[in-house]
Amino acid sequence: MMNYAVEVSGLRVERGGREVVRGVGFGVEPGTVTGLLGPSGCGKSTLMRSVVGVQIIRAGRVTVLGHDAGAKAVRGRVGYATQDPAIYPDLTVAEALRYFAAIVRASTSDVSRVIGEVGLRDHADSLIGTLSGGQHSRANLAVALLGRPEVLVLDEPTVGLDPVLRDELWELFTRLAAGGTTLLVSSHVMDEAARCHRLLLMRDGALLASDTPERLRERTGESDLERAFLRLIQEVTP
Amino acid sequence: MNPVLTLATARRILTQLRHDRRTVAMLLLMPSILMALLRYVFNSEAAFDRFAPALLGIFPFVMMFLVTSITTLRERTTATLERLMALPMGKLDLLTGYAVAFGALALVQVSIVTAVSLTWLGLDLAGPVWMLFLIAVLDAVLGMALGLFVSAFARTEFQAIQFMPVIVMPQFLLCGLFVPRDEMAVLLRWLSNVLPLSYAVDAITAVTRTATVQASLLRDIGVVAGFVLLALALGAATLRRRTP
Repeated sequence: MMNYAVEVSGLRVERGGREVVRGVGFGVEPGTVTGLLGPSGCGKSTLMRSVVGVQIIRAGRVTVLGHDAGAKAVRGRVGYATQDPAIYPDLTVAEALRYFAAIVRASTSDVSRVIGEVGLRDHADSLIGTLSGGQHSRANLAVALLGRPEVLVLDEPTVGLDPVLRDELWELFTRLAAGGTTLLVSSHVMDEAARCHRLLLMRDGALLASDTPERLRERTGESDLERAFLRLIQEVTP
Repeated sequence: MNPVLTLATARRILTQLRHDRRTVAMLLLMPSILMALLRYVFNSEAAFDRFAPALLGIFPFVMMFLVTSITTLRERTTATLERLMALPMGKLDLLTGYAVAFGALALVQVSIVTAVSLTWLGLDLAGPVWMLFLIAVLDAVLGMALGLFVSAFARTEFQAIQFMPVIVMPQFLLCGLFVPRDEMAVLLRWLSNVLPLSYAVDAITAVTRTATVQASLLRDIGVVAGFVLLALALGAATLRRRTP
């Protein structure tokens, strides 16, 4: 039996009187990068909130590292970065990270490690509120990396970044996975999908597919993942 | 309860304030300026002596209410609260962190306004100074806890500001500052009896007027402390790990 790092079954979530996640189930293998793809508003962020355990769910079950999502036992073992940066704009990058490091019991050297990993060394002493959008979102990502959590849930971590930085971050994700970290990363950029071990394609609150990029290409007969995704949509909506 | 998390939170809040010098300057200096203004508007020592002690308790209450309702609303709207709730951060650790930071700030604020009132403005303090500080800090923490509580009911900073007239003004009018509480109509007196600021003002007035610590003073302080705990519990109840 496979021991999944994240396991979701029959998940249903209602937000504002509308069902935004409609019966989703999947498992994420440890030490892999799983890409969650789909158009904006398809329920990606809600699904990720459920995995972190901050979302009230209507039905289903979400387990992370063998515990219910959000349980005390896993709270410090899951790193989470929201799409809109959730970090204090009136602190410097280093000050904000030192605060979150104290919470997850990470050392001061860990603070400088994550600042380096997201490429903000030159901005460590800048106020977060004065950073550019991309730098702001990297500071937000750095918080999630503190203390080397076993599971990383990253909601659109590369939005607004230049291609070089995006490439560096994906190299980091691959490296982390090789070291045993489990990553669930959402994106709406299809060229990032190719770098995942596994893809979850989501549309209108439901999973269209859960497969490896290679098998998705084979199944649809398309070499381009964007076109493969289109083909899948056409299959379910005749 | 984890003192490491409490102190880290208090330090974080004070660091945020350190980057906002204008707010700190206003918080620390405005009570003294208003007190001086009051002294010269009355232009009579007796009238000033009647109003000033109550204001020593009201200033920290009002200011901490305002500052906290905005600060915690920001934590809610920028999702830093959600992030903290997804981490091993206890609700009580967060609350006490806030209380320590704003309590410390209130202590400095009260020290300045008390020093100005006692030396320059000629206010007489009969009781012990530490007692005055204790009550003022309790008032500050009360304002902080209520601010945190109401921030759960505001969606924007604009709405949060509107809670000041709702929570603060009635207490201000009913606390005995303008009309002694036992001269109020029965209904108003009852209302006054269930509002925490009434007891805070009674206590601080007693400290400035009598040298001995009387049972009624201890009772008033106990009541304010009880309200502080209640408000903190209400505030804690608005911190949710899971949201819709």
